[in-house]
Amino acid sequence: MRALILCLSLLLALPALAVQPDEVLSDPALEARAREISKTLRCPVCQGETIDESNAAISRDLRLYLRERLVAGDSDSEAVQAIADRFGEYVLFEPPARGANWLLYLAGPVMALLALLVGWRFIRSRGLAEEGPAKLSDEEKARLERILRD
Amino acid sequence: MIAELGHFALILAFVVALFQMVVPMIGASKGWSGWIDSARPAALAQFGLVGISFAALTMAFVTSDFSVALVYQNSHTAKPMIYKISGVWGNHEGSMLLWVLIVALFGAMAAVFDANLPPKLRARVLSVQASIGAAFLAFTLFTSNPFLRMESPPFDGRDLNPLLQDPGLAFHPPFLYLGYVGLSMAFSFAVAALIEGRVDAAWARWVRPWTLAAWVFLTIGIALGSWWAYYELGWGGFWFWDPVENASFMPWLIAAALLHSAIVVEKREVLKSWTILLAIMAFGFSLIGTFIVRSGVITSVHSFASDPQRGVFILAILAFFVGGALLLYTFRAASMQARGAFAPVSREGALVLNNILLAVSTFVVFIGTVWPLVAEMLWDRRLSVGAPFFEQAFTPFMVALAIILPVGAILPWKRGRLKRALYPLRGALVFAGAVMALVFAVSTGHSALAVIGAGLGAWLVAGAAADLWLRTGNSGLARLRRLPRADWGKAVAHSGLGVTFIGISLLMAWQVEDIRVARIGETFTVAGYDITLDSVEERPGPNYNSIIAAMSVDRDGRQVALLHPEKRVYPVQSMPTTEAAIQNGLFRDLYLVIGDEQQDGGWAVRVYIKPFASWIWLGSALMALGGFISLSDRRYRVAAGARHARVAPQPAE
Repeated sequence: MRALILCLSLLLALPALAVQPDEVLSDPALEARAREISKTLRCPVCQGETIDESNAAISRDLRLYLRERLVAGDSDSEAVQAIADRFGEYVLFEPPARGANWLLYLAGPVMALLALLVGWRFIRSRGLAEEGPAKLSDEEKARLERILRD
Repeated sequence: MIAELGHFALILAFVVALFQMVVPMIGASKGWSGWIDSARPAALAQFGLVGISFAALTMAFVTSDFSVALVYQNSHTAKPMIYKISGVWGNHEGSMLLWVLIVALFGAMAAVFDANLPPKLRARVLSVQASIGAAFLAFTLFTSNPFLRMESPPFDGRDLNPLLQDPGLAFHPPFLYLGYVGLSMAFSFAVAALIEGRVDAAWARWVRPWTLAAWVFLTIGIALGSWWAYYELGWGGFWFWDPVENASFMPWLIAAALLHSAIVVEKREVLKSWTILLAIMAFGFSLIGTFIVRSGVITSVHSFASDPQRGVFILAILAFFVGGALLLYTFRAASMQARGAFAPVSREGALVLNNILLAVSTFVVFIGTVWPLVAEMLWDRRLSVGAPFFEQAFTPFMVALAIILPVGAILPWKRGRLKRALYPLRGALVFAGAVMALVFAVSTGHSALAVIGAGLGAWLVAGAAADLWLRTGNSGLARLRRLPRADWGKAVAHSGLGVTFIGISLLMAWQVEDIRVARIGETFTVAGYDITLDSVEERPGPNYNSIIAAMSVDRDGRQVALLHPEKRVYPVQSMPTTEAAIQNGLFRDLYLVIGDEQQDGGWAVRVYIKPFASWIWLGSALMALGGFISLSDRRYRVAAGARHARVAPQPAE
């Protein structure tokens, strides 16, 4: 949150809303794709915002460039790649799963499996033997009665 | 003079905290009762002194004493009084003072309310708590002194960041800190128990209210922050997976896990060492959060250099407390033997699964948050990890959690049968299925997100109701009122989670957005609503100038709302803010934003229809309410004394 505030306070000096009416493409399907993609791209100058939300001038440039690529017939991934080539990996909020980034994507599932394994072993170690619960003695039953009545 | 008094009180508080850290701890290990008893007055004195210091700073803000540098940098005479007060913690130094105030507050509360605690355990708890206080008092005094004076006092101040001049954000930090710092109590109890080498049901019963309170405050703090983002930032986003947000979310998740594992310790004396570990980690994540926010290291690696002293100081505090506690843990954990046995299908088993899911989801958030830092340090890659990653990696754990929750909640302790547990839930299953069918039928594009999210939410709510119903047995409604508060709290909090699920998924799936240029008097249609831009005018506010529009919203010829979206410019900081006009509804919010005047006439206008948006915060409120209800359970007041009565007659050591 604080990053947002900082970013906004630095950049809101240009009073403008994120996506401007003049940027919107006339083809609604293409525009919808552009919006979806721009929600995964990071504004390069403000710390935590997507270009879809950002008011910075460079975000506007990125939005316009993205739309240019889409109008030129790029697929979603081609358009994203074109932007990453030009502005660097930093603008991708969804880090590409290549190189060391595989660790990032695998960390969660691997940890989950490990935790389940350890958890299962623990539960087994606490295992209640499979025969039914021990029968209560008469004395225990009477005590239980008393407790339940209280 | 008052500022100097505040500074002096803060130094005294530091000295008292050092005393409270050392003397009761030695007393507890030597058995010197005078030294043990010194913990209580010390805790109260520390709180009193920090309180004086905080009052002095507040005084400086209220009276606009611009000879104090902090007041000059963050206040202004024209600012409304509430923001003069909230300005005290709307900056680094003042918020640190609030932080140490709350550390001392919790210590004082433990000294006053936990009268049933064995004196030695209390002395150790207060000593550990004082060591945390001392560390942060030192941090404040040596790196972030809020009482520095200006050489020549200026005529007026530079004003508080306009975005912070907002009721939602005024109270967001205090709640968040109550949560962060509340977890320090769980930590202190954990370390004290490790030193004593003893964890039992009574310990869990003492530690649980503190954790519960911390979790409730964190819930409120996070919800306030997200609500603020929703209405203030101008596009209605409510969660951004920003590192600073994640910093508050991780302790929340771990605290939720700790709450549940402490129940297992309390009822069954199992999961002891795991619970201790969670208590250490919960506060550890609080400290990591503090580090992330204060040092700026993760938002931008380079801002670390801008204030290395503070970052390194907090890192040292983090290393000392978490490292020290973990070291102690490795020596003592083995001595904590679990007592109870249980079968895999049982309440214990379900709570173990709950803990696994919550802990692993915390780990996912953590690794996503620090990954950019790791990548830059190790491979010199500048990359970002944002919402798309977190949504993919985090959501599956929440889905799994929601599926098992209602079943686990009604499984009996020790041993259960899945079939028998599912039987009372048959109504909830049918209800959830019906909701899914309904959502599938009405959603255009048949969004899977909407169907699954709403279905799970309905399952959680109906499951909580079934749980309550089951607890009444055959005696019906009369019994419902007499159920323990803890049962009510559990049901309310769990259904709150369900309500939030529904809100998030339906909002994300069904939101409608419209961006256009509208001329005065022009009417346009968005999702069945006819919206007219009636007028736009300028209007001055107390410390800002405003451009305010009047827009009427009609549906089928009837007026639904007349809204006034606003754009403000704060001249002192020459900064504009958007004030969206929102009409909250149970099933949809209308969200209107006015933009810039266009060159060829007309105004940029954004309209959002946000279905079920208020359910997100309604659910959060229910979760917090559930926590409060549970906190008021008489078990904590009555049973907490039970062990004491048994322990007291033992011969003195």
